[in-house]
Amino acid sequence: MDEPVKFYQTGTFTVGNRLLPKEQRTVQASRQRGNALNSGHRACQGCGEALGARYVVDAALRAAEGRLIAANATGCLEVFSTPYPETSWQLPWIHSLFGNAAAVGTGIAAALKVKGRRDVRVIAQGGDGGTTDIGFGCLSGMFERNDDVLYVCYDNQGYMNTGVQRSSATPPGARTATTMAVGPEPGAPFGQGKNLPLIAMAHAIPYVATATVADLHDLEAKVERAMALHGARYLHVLVPCPLGWGAASHDTVRLARLAKESGIFPVFEAEHGELTAVSKIRRRVPAAEYLRLQKRFAHLFGEPGHPEMLAAIQAGADRNVRRFGLED
Amino acid sequence: MLKQIEGSRAVAQAVALARPEVICAYPISPQTHIVEGLGELVKDGSLSPCEFVNVESEFAAMSVAIGASAAGARSYTATASQGLLFMAEAVYNASGLGLPIVMTVANRAIGAPINIWNDHSDSMSQRDCGWIQLFAETNQEAADLHLQAFKLGEELSMPVMVCMDGFILTHAVERVDLPTQAEVDAFLPPYEPRQVLDPAEPVSIGAMVGPEAFMEVRYIAHAKQTMALERIPQIAAEFQARFGRDSGGLVRGYRLDGAKTVVVALGSVLGTLKDAVDVLRDDGMAVGVLGIGSFRPFPLAAVRAALEGAERVVVLEKSFSVGLGGVVSTDVRLALSGLVLHGHTVVAGLGGRAITQASLERMLRDAVAGKLGPITFLDLDWRIVERQLAREAAVRRSGPIAENLLRDLGAAAPRGS
Ligand SMILES: Cc1ncc(C[n+]2csc(CCOP(=O)(O)OP(=O)(O)O)c2C)c(N)n1
Ligand code: SF4
Repeated sequence: MDEPVKFYQTGTFTVGNRLLPKEQRTVQASRQRGNALNSGHRACQGCGEALGARYVVDAALRAAEGRLIAANATGCLEVFSTPYPETSWQLPWIHSLFGNAAAVGTGIAAALKVKGRRDVRVIAQGGDGGTTDIGFGCLSGMFERNDDVLYVCYDNQGYMNTGVQRSSATPPGARTATTMAVGPEPGAPFGQGKNLPLIAMAHAIPYVATATVADLHDLEAKVERAMALHGARYLHVLVPCPLGWGAASHDTVRLARLAKESGIFPVFEAEHGELTAVSKIRRRVPAAEYLRLQKRFAHLFGEPGHPEMLAAIQAGADRNVRRFGLED
Repeated sequence: MLKQIEGSRAVAQAVALARPEVICAYPISPQTHIVEGLGELVKDGSLSPCEFVNVESEFAAMSVAIGASAAGARSYTATASQGLLFMAEAVYNASGLGLPIVMTVANRAIGAPINIWNDHSDSMSQRDCGWIQLFAETNQEAADLHLQAFKLGEELSMPVMVCMDGFILTHAVERVDLPTQAEVDAFLPPYEPRQVLDPAEPVSIGAMVGPEAFMEVRYIAHAKQTMALERIPQIAAEFQARFGRDSGGLVRGYRLDGAKTVVVALGSVLGTLKDAVDVLRDDGMAVGVLGIGSFRPFPLAAVRAALEGAERVVVLEKSFSVGLGGVVSTDVRLALSGLVLHGHTVVAGLGGRAITQASLERMLRDAVAGKLGPITFLDLDWRIVERQLAREAAVRRSGPIAENLLRDLGAAAPRGS
């Protein structure tokens, strides 16, 4: 049965599988495809992390010709996919702790190396909390040693699994359960921020890329590129979270696209610490267009609202556009 | 082959003979010489195939061992003190996942105040982590126990900690008999993982388990430790048959025949204790020693059987449960439940305070004479303690204790002078 998949979440500037010539359609368009992350898991409706993980792991599995092992950090992805005695994972998969997925990946890679299994590949994955905060030390160690692991961060910009608290990837101004929308400076503070893709680049590892679930072809291509290389590789995927962001579950892909098209989330690739490619913005949108769809930014709008914070977020997006050359 | 060798190097060589496939470690005194020794063997190619991963923390060291063990490699690490505490989360995880990692703990005190010397606080802090914990009395035993640890852990699919006293053993140079590779290969088969991350047969390891099965998982861990109670003496016997040495086991008695007062202890202090007991025996006193080789699983039945005929038990502790007393004492009392005999806890040697034979003799004579209190702190300097406690009573904020102690000892000038 090779039934073409229906037109799934799309919006401006997207081409659904249905509209593409058959040979250009992603593997996901085929009902015959294997699913690394099987249906039946407990993710929320419209979960960007579930979508991102399925595409990433599927693509990595294909690139590794089925010989792939995954290490997973504690977080939504782990909890919703493995409620004992069930599992959604169709590949060898291990969850150990919140902060050690990168090191567990290192251990697996070391074991494969002694056993002479160069054909089996390793990915480690986690949310932004497990990556940018508690797992940062292990991740940096894995980068520094150039261990043969692809680390994937599914960035939903908060600790969603424990009830939507702030992480060091939470954007300034966003309301979370630990950065409430109260007082003169509501939401997450405007600090220096922690940009993990840039920190990864500073380790001069073979490959660093960012991507979103709005452009799944791009995401798959980046996984393929990463899998064609050996050593430490880092992929940072923006995965909107309807629950944590206070957004409609049908807006996941749209939000991911607006994050990119506003300049808030730059999409790029780097090799050995140098920028090699940038996904240009096709039609620039104001930051507010992206922010308005999310309840976590509701306090910025309305009366009296916080125009100065909106302006600061817009200025940040403008800086990204200049810094990464996002516009022609 | 007999060698005059440092304890750490002997352990490194014993571990090397076990053919580990992944070794990872982070340096901390007094463990450093062990992993340096192994690092050198990996680097010069004599341990091939083996990966030595220089990690950025103990938490990473245990995590790398977890990944490597789950992927089917024989995995080893070593640590001590703050390092063991820093890796604690992963230590529990390794046993929960049933991964037979072997780890040396070069026992050392835990700060603050920072102190690099030997006591048992570090491994005792991990008492309930689900690992098997074996204690070495001598460097020969430390080396031998590592070979037994891999065998035991891999058979039962659970991790094993081999504890050896920091500096007292790790840095002592003495004669150790190291077996040949062929002998070890005949004793220790290659690691066959119970569950392995293998694309040919995908499994999910480490799923989220709710209230419906969590207790069962914990109980199974306990049941496996109970099996270890049987396997430890069997493996020790097998070891003895092959290598001609009695090494390890659950408990080991010394001059227990007719002993009315028995001292229970773990680790290297057993040597000094035996000397003290010899002196008292010469004076006609019925004293003996019971050494505990396996702290977890705790050999309740063996301890009870060894102590049944005694009238008085003294547990010599090199760790301390603040607010209660001894750590091992509690377990020993459990083993003796229902028996009527006098029990004493003696806390000694914390932070490397020397445990002298003279002090032990004095303590034992007091015990025999019925003059030993329920809890004794051997060779405690009461003047320092009383002065600080008086300060605490006088002013609630008396400043850092360590600083005050140094001042009392005359090692630092009084503040403001
Ligand atoms: C040492 C430790 N601290 C805290 C936790 C609790 N915890 C589990 S998941 C989580 C947040 C996960 O956030 P993230 O990594 O961003 O993943 P998400 O759930 O958002 O996908 C936290 C704080 C833990 N499991 N372990
Ligand atoms: S809380 Fe967010 S990340 Fe977690 S399952 Fe729901 S949508 Fe996905």
